[in-house]
Amino acid sequence: MSARRPIPRWADVALLPAINLTLAFLVSGLVVLLVGENPFHAIQVIIYGAFGYGEGVGYTLYYATNFIFTGLAVAVAAHAGLFNIGGDGQAYVAGLGAIVVALALDQTHWLLAMPLAVIAAGAMGGAWAFIPGWLQAKRGSHVVITTIMFNFIAAALMVYMVNRVLKPASSMAPESATIDVGGRVPQLRQFFSFFGYSPVNLSIVIAILALIGVYILVWHTKFGYAMRVLGANPTASRYAGISNSRMIMITMTISGALAGMVAINEVMGVQNRLVLDFVAGAGFVGIAVALMGRNHPIGIALAAILFGALYQGGQELQFVIPGITREMIVVIQALVILFTGAMEGLFRPALERAFMTFSPEQKADAVAVSTAKTES
Amino acid sequence: MDIAAILSILDATIRLSTPLLLACLAGMYSERAGVFDIGLEGKMLAAAFAAGAVAAISGSAWLGLMAGMAVSLSTALLQGVAAITLKGNQLIAGVAINMLAAGLTTFLGQTWFGQGGRTPPLGDGGRFTPITLPFADELQNVPILGPIYSELISGHYILVYVAFIMVAVTAFVLYRTRFGLRLRAVGENPKAVDTAGISVVLLRYQAVIITGLLCGLAGAYFSIAQGSGFGNNMTAGKGYIALAALIFAKWKPVPAMFTCLLFGFLDALQIRLQGARLYDVEIPVQAIQALPYLLTVILLAGFIGKAVGPKAGGVPYTKER
Repeated sequence: MSARRPIPRWADVALLPAINLTLAFLVSGLVVLLVGENPFHAIQVIIYGAFGYGEGVGYTLYYATNFIFTGLAVAVAAHAGLFNIGGDGQAYVAGLGAIVVALALDQTHWLLAMPLAVIAAGAMGGAWAFIPGWLQAKRGSHVVITTIMFNFIAAALMVYMVNRVLKPASSMAPESATIDVGGRVPQLRQFFSFFGYSPVNLSIVIAILALIGVYILVWHTKFGYAMRVLGANPTASRYAGISNSRMIMITMTISGALAGMVAINEVMGVQNRLVLDFVAGAGFVGIAVALMGRNHPIGIALAAILFGALYQGGQELQFVIPGITREMIVVIQALVILFTGAMEGLFRPALERAFMTFSPEQKADAVAVSTAKTES
Repeated sequence: MDIAAILSILDATIRLSTPLLLACLAGMYSERAGVFDIGLEGKMLAAAFAAGAVAAISGSAWLGLMAGMAVSLSTALLQGVAAITLKGNQLIAGVAINMLAAGLTTFLGQTWFGQGGRTPPLGDGGRFTPITLPFADELQNVPILGPIYSELISGHYILVYVAFIMVAVTAFVLYRTRFGLRLRAVGENPKAVDTAGISVVLLRYQAVIITGLLCGLAGAYFSIAQGSGFGNNMTAGKGYIALAALIFAKWKPVPAMFTCLLFGFLDALQIRLQGARLYDVEIPVQAIQALPYLLTVILLAGFIGKAVGPKAGGVPYTKER
């Protein structure tokens, strides 16, 4: 085998994702070309729609809030070597916790309702992820399959809950009663007129706190260290005296609780009631966000804003260019997951070679490494 | 419930379990070869769209079927490149394929046909018609066996018969051929297969190709047999049910058939039970809808037997380090 040496860290965390992202956009551009539209015009519309004016920025941040939560959920699980595809179901079920608290504390103040709702939503989302975690830890069932199944079980459960339990007797529409006063999370436009009519609300503060919290948890606590050891090498972690099954259960619960925060943004911040399918695939976007952000809070924040911008720009896109629907955004998202997640190996070898060719230091190191290997 | 009602539920069971069965057998080939496939849904959806679109334009169901299989095959190959050649995460590849199919089918459907993501309705020749087996009409009046033969067994689309024949074919291929032996071996212990001088990569690609073709059949069934044209997100999670059935059947062909029939029956029952009451309590339809998923979770947890998949599943094969 030829001498290979890992690429430098900056290239791994920044250059490689950038190349993969560019590739995803290039392919998306080809799809746009395929239907006879101009991709450059489309990009222009997306950028203006997402950042060009206050209301657009507000929408971008509103979507980004959801994606930060689901991205963090996927990332936290990923650090422990778990792939949580159940963010959608966890966020959906968390809506129950949020709406119950919001409706109960409707006559009080949001300063009381919001923290309690955060706890309730987190508890419901966490519980919905704890079960797959428990099943993996104690019964050995693969968390990927169980979380997929739990997404569908959640969908069925929520249709039942909304239609049979939460729907007011007087109403025909499949949705819960509307929150009036205290259960609503204040919109940022109440403080800054810059945001126009956009729905960005104080949940974004929770999102920022969650980013900081996850950073501290993963890199500056004993628990986070144990989590990363488990993710890197389960055997080593067991020999180090870490209870793997306990770690899996706790990590999944934290992951589910983070996904559950989407319910605060949607139910208490924007819709003000529980509607069917309010998560709208945010759990799956979280996979793309975490992959792109390399499971790091800074990366996740940037990726979430990027996807928020794509969502908002995509809305704008279908008004300006009727030939392009907002499903184009789902396509871009899928391509990002494909290139940054599954096809990550596409450019790594080439990049490794390029670094070897252009940096004599790297080359010397690589030769030393391979010589050491042959000698031993 | 009279015999006619029971027959009609069983008839619906066969119709509803056909795409599940085709997708389930499809997944069996690649998972037996050690490539986990949660992209069944996406491949079916892409195939359903291609079949619907080409059948609508050409007016030929057979051309539609071929287009569906071709698109499903290329999707499978894309997934194969990511999972086998580039040694990427197979689960992430599957998730990406599912999203790509969901987005592209709606997007292209809307831009090409302008009907909210649907393809134009198919006329005669554009979709498969039910096949009446010989003597079905003559035997109709024979008590008990007559209606069973003429309604339950006869009068289905050709793809239904293909699906059930494929069960036997798959069982034969997996257990009675050299290819099947190697396929099973590569899912359990790729190193041994490699040592025996057989290409792991080639075998896995062959498996993925078969998966793609079968998913193509399953997808085409949705748009040009059961339905007349493609509708938005037409497969509606059936790919995941097929995945559940695959686990439930413990990756074996004949149990897969019975599991798919069971899940199809639950689906038929659920349609039938809308608003039905049992001892004055309305049965929530959602509970029956969730049953296949719940059963799979319970099975995976080992409460009703143990579901152990192919040992090397999900792990890309690296020849040497």
